[in-house]
Amino acid sequence: MTLTGRAVFAGRACAPLFTVRGPLSFWGGVDPATGRIINARHADCGRSLAGQVVAIGELVGSSSSAAVLLELVANGAAPAAILLRQVDAILVVGCLAAREIGETAPPVVQLGALPEAVDGTVLRVIADTAHEAATVSPEREARRG
Amino acid sequence: MTLDLTTAEQAMLAGDAGPGTASAMRIVTEAAAILGAPRLVEIASAHIDGCLYHGDSGTRFAEHLAGAGARVRVPATLNIGSLDLLNPASVRMTGAARKSALRLMRAYEALGCRATWTCAPYQAGHRPAAGTDVAWGESNAVVFCNSVLGARTNRYGDFLDIAAAICGRAPLTGLHLAQNRRARVVVDAGGLPAGIRDDDAAWPVMGALVGRRAGDAVVALTGLEGFATEDRMKAFGAAAASFGATALFHIVGVTPEAPTLDAILADDPAPDRFALTPAEIAAGFALLSTAPADAPVTAVGIGSPHLSLAECRDLAARLAGRTVRLPFYANTGRHVLAALTAAERAALDDAGVTLIADTCIVATPIIQGDGVLMTNSGKFAHYAPGNIGHAVVYASLATCVDVAITGERT
Repeated sequence: MTLTGRAVFAGRACAPLFTVRGPLSFWGGVDPATGRIINARHADCGRSLAGQVVAIGELVGSSSSAAVLLELVANGAAPAAILLRQVDAILVVGCLAAREIGETAPPVVQLGALPEAVDGTVLRVIADTAHEAATVSPEREARRG
Repeated sequence: MTLDLTTAEQAMLAGDAGPGTASAMRIVTEAAAILGAPRLVEIASAHIDGCLYHGDSGTRFAEHLAGAGARVRVPATLNIGSLDLLNPASVRMTGAARKSALRLMRAYEALGCRATWTCAPYQAGHRPAAGTDVAWGESNAVVFCNSVLGARTNRYGDFLDIAAAICGRAPLTGLHLAQNRRARVVVDAGGLPAGIRDDDAAWPVMGALVGRRAGDAVVALTGLEGFATEDRMKAFGAAAASFGATALFHIVGVTPEAPTLDAILADDPAPDRFALTPAEIAAGFALLSTAPADAPVTAVGIGSPHLSLAECRDLAARLAGRTVRLPFYANTGRHVLAALTAAERAALDDAGVTLIADTCIVATPIIQGDGVLMTNSGKFAHYAPGNIGHAVVYASLATCVDVAITGERT
């Protein structure tokens, strides 16, 4: 099933889904060198956001989360795409800053509801133009059989 | 929604003021579009929270702006960096990270920001007039600026803060709009005994309780008239913005937008109301602590937000010529160090207090190893376990000083 949302930061990705369980703060919650979740109290502690289509139900925490996202991008450890229910001007500014220093930041898409697919399902994210419609759909053929 | 830009703003975006300003304007206008702002608002000042080192990319970003000729268009103060420039040996960063952290601080100076290096800029002479629009970062500074000064800012994070300062503009949204500054949560503290309301140590606890309950909602507090000093409101706001996401509170009869409760209440929907009880305040001391009651304290840390001059003088008076046995870190700004008399400074030094300026013990490596930190700061209580691996015991300043001197919990 294809989900349609709004492109917050433009780009394309095709990567496995990782739906983060519970609220996530990038600052203090994600290792900027590796993309691993490091908050010991978090249900997904130890798992890595790097190279995944990361779906986050609730972003919390410090205004330094943009700095952590920029550092992830610069270290090649960023998510392949970020799916959000609520737009967060703090995190996405990390993508805007990355673009200004010549780095390629992941697409960010706002969805009314996050994908229900199980983690690991390969999703294709198409968010070609900021502030316009974006789609998220399973890449079925790629991983069946 | 399309963003409506003035001719001057379009010119900045087109590069008429140079590539650095154009780069900043792309960030401000994109953020405005993401937030759905109809236009930008001119700002009178900025407080920049981007100078703490998180990795080399932040330094590259600041040097990109400075190298492209960008300069701030409005007065801008700087929040803490990762180094104590007045006493470099305090901070244990080494090698490439230390060099990059210093380059980051220098790049923000090159952008024209004032080298204040404090999280309490409002006590270092940066006090915008009530009703003016500004762009401030650092959660405690944001909540103080909105609440106590009555100036208008959203929570500006890294990169957007400096971009706004360079453009002199911010997205017109959120707390820049009067209708969003009205209270949706009413907290009555009038049922607390005067002894609690007049106790400095109760204010961070009230802040943590209100922040947890209210999240990011605008709060109005009643029953605190006559008790709300500036340093108490500073401590309350810092705790509320750490344990919750408070960006604006009103204290009826005290803060500039709340001469009466009616003046500041949101009409619709009806506000959520709750009262603080003595039992909640008592339990709140445990809420702010993570260490077991009998854990031995290994260090004491105060000054988050940075100590005011009055708080430093109070500390010196309480020490009264005695010497601390435990490491005792007093975090403050260089504006306070410059204002202390030689005798006051000598009293703190002779007592064995380690004065940290330009940065703080929870934001950069200063304290060695693991241990138990005693603090009277709600913000330290929230961040010390995650940031520096210390368990926390929350206590009054009087207890902090006693424990530091005796080396024992009493």
